[in-house]
Amino acid sequence: MSNASHWRAPRLSLRFWPVFLRNLLVWRKLAIPSLVGNIAEPLMWLVAFGYGMGALVGQVTVHGEQVPYILFLASGSICMSAMQAASFEALYSAFSRMHVQKTWDGIMNAPVGLDDIVLAEMLWAAFKSLFTVTAILGVMLGLGISHSPKLLLSWPILLGVGITFSCMALVFNALAKGYDFFTYYFTLFLTPMMFLSGIFFPLEQLPAVVRTAADWLPLSNAVALVRPLFMDQWPTNVLQHATVLVVYAVVSFWVALSLTRRRFAK
Amino acid sequence: MASPPLLRVQHLHKRYGDAEVVKDLAFEIGLGECLGVIGPNGAGKTTTIRMCLGLTTPDGGSIEALGLQMPRDALAIKAQLGVVSQFDTLDPDFTCAENILVYGRYFGMKDAAIRARIPQLLEFASLTSKAGAKPGELSGGMKRRLSLARALVNDPRLLLLDEPTTGLDPQARHLMWERLQLLLQQGKSILLTTHFMDEAERLCSRLLVLDHGCKIAEGRPRDLIAQHLEPDVVEVYGNGALALVDSPLRSHASRVEVSGETVFFYTANAASLLSALGAHPQFRILHRPANLEDLFLKLTGRQIREDA
Repeated sequence: MSNASHWRAPRLSLRFWPVFLRNLLVWRKLAIPSLVGNIAEPLMWLVAFGYGMGALVGQVTVHGEQVPYILFLASGSICMSAMQAASFEALYSAFSRMHVQKTWDGIMNAPVGLDDIVLAEMLWAAFKSLFTVTAILGVMLGLGISHSPKLLLSWPILLGVGITFSCMALVFNALAKGYDFFTYYFTLFLTPMMFLSGIFFPLEQLPAVVRTAADWLPLSNAVALVRPLFMDQWPTNVLQHATVLVVYAVVSFWVALSLTRRRFAK
Repeated sequence: MASPPLLRVQHLHKRYGDAEVVKDLAFEIGLGECLGVIGPNGAGKTTTIRMCLGLTTPDGGSIEALGLQMPRDALAIKAQLGVVSQFDTLDPDFTCAENILVYGRYFGMKDAAIRARIPQLLEFASLTSKAGAKPGELSGGMKRRLSLARALVNDPRLLLLDEPTTGLDPQARHLMWERLQLLLQQGKSILLTTHFMDEAERLCSRLLVLDHGCKIAEGRPRDLIAQHLEPDVVEVYGNGALALVDSPLRSHASRVEVSGETVFFYTANAASLLSALGAHPQFRILHRPANLEDLFLKLTGRQIREDA
């Protein structure tokens, strides 16, 4: 077996589109219930914590500026929602299609390569995450948490966040033998990251060593880009934060694709 | 063959670790031909099909299909193939019609062109009344026919069918055979793997017998039987039948096999054997012509394979 060939460069083409459309068509049938599930939970967290805890906490200091806790939490949790929606779709749902339903095997009997299928799944998970995030943003606007016109810019950034986390999740999808495996990813990786990315409390409260490590987490970089927009400010170090996200995305996608090729070569 | 073969496989090799699963395999499929590949589980049938689809990379040899090279031109080849794999890969969330529509898009077909074909494909599969049903509401035979209809969406010249009737009841199997014969009459070529010898005999113009990754026989079903077997088989079953193996009766048969409590006499002289057996009315006797199953068992043995 020539294992090196699994690591060859991705060969991507527009043939991914009908695969993306396939997922869209399934989702259209189940959109309403799935939307309720996707946005109800993050909104409950936001309302319960934001107003409940917010009453206790009052104001939080971000870059020397005082902001209401609900604004602080909303700007962080929107990134968390993007992460969770993308991860869930690229793990549980993609695994169902790949392993349980053998949908990918069927597609590969047609003139569509595995590289394009993985690309389609990645973009699909990112799209679903963007859809969820858009709905939550709408509710946040309705609640009057922020009215900054700069929020419009958070939209493409959150799409990028969705892409990064889809790519990362697909690595674990390629390695999974069953759904149980994903519990590790959520509990051991995503949940700690939520607490280390300044979503619920400012990172300044953490020890210096932990803060330095946290600076390299994809979620903390996403929050660093999105939170200032909620505060009607421009983010700083944009290039650095964006680069971190792009590197996570590109490296993860390549690894995910290579591991998926290995999985299907058997 | 006058026209060039649609599929030509030469010196094909594949190994997984230390196990050589396909060894120096060669075969061709001509226009309008149905080639059957038979062999016990683990003989290399599915691996060979996967290599023909570019899903598994061969360790040696060449595969040429429709004038193109596999795996280099995998997508261009698959654009002209129809494939039914061993396990259904139908989309459970889609209706029968949607399954065909979505599958046609993978071939780059326009929605209007696919929609125009759906009614005739559903009719071909005897699923017209089930156009709006989802696969979960279909019987096993209906699902297999939907898989076949889906594989025909791009009007392929060559079909690769991996055990298309495994798990079906006789009615469903006969309907599938009828449909496949119709496709052959339309001039399509078929590569078929199967465990059913009557299916192989009925549909295939030529057979390839694989065992342990090697081709051990190839030819037309009737020719293979004539070449490898005595014309008649007499099966004897009953208390004490096994003792016949060492009795003078044996001289009437050129070959004797035992499986469980049954003795199989392979003979060119059935009349004399049957009259000698007349002295043993306590046995149950079945006299029949030799068939493909006898050939299969002779070539690949009666023992159960580990992975069977």
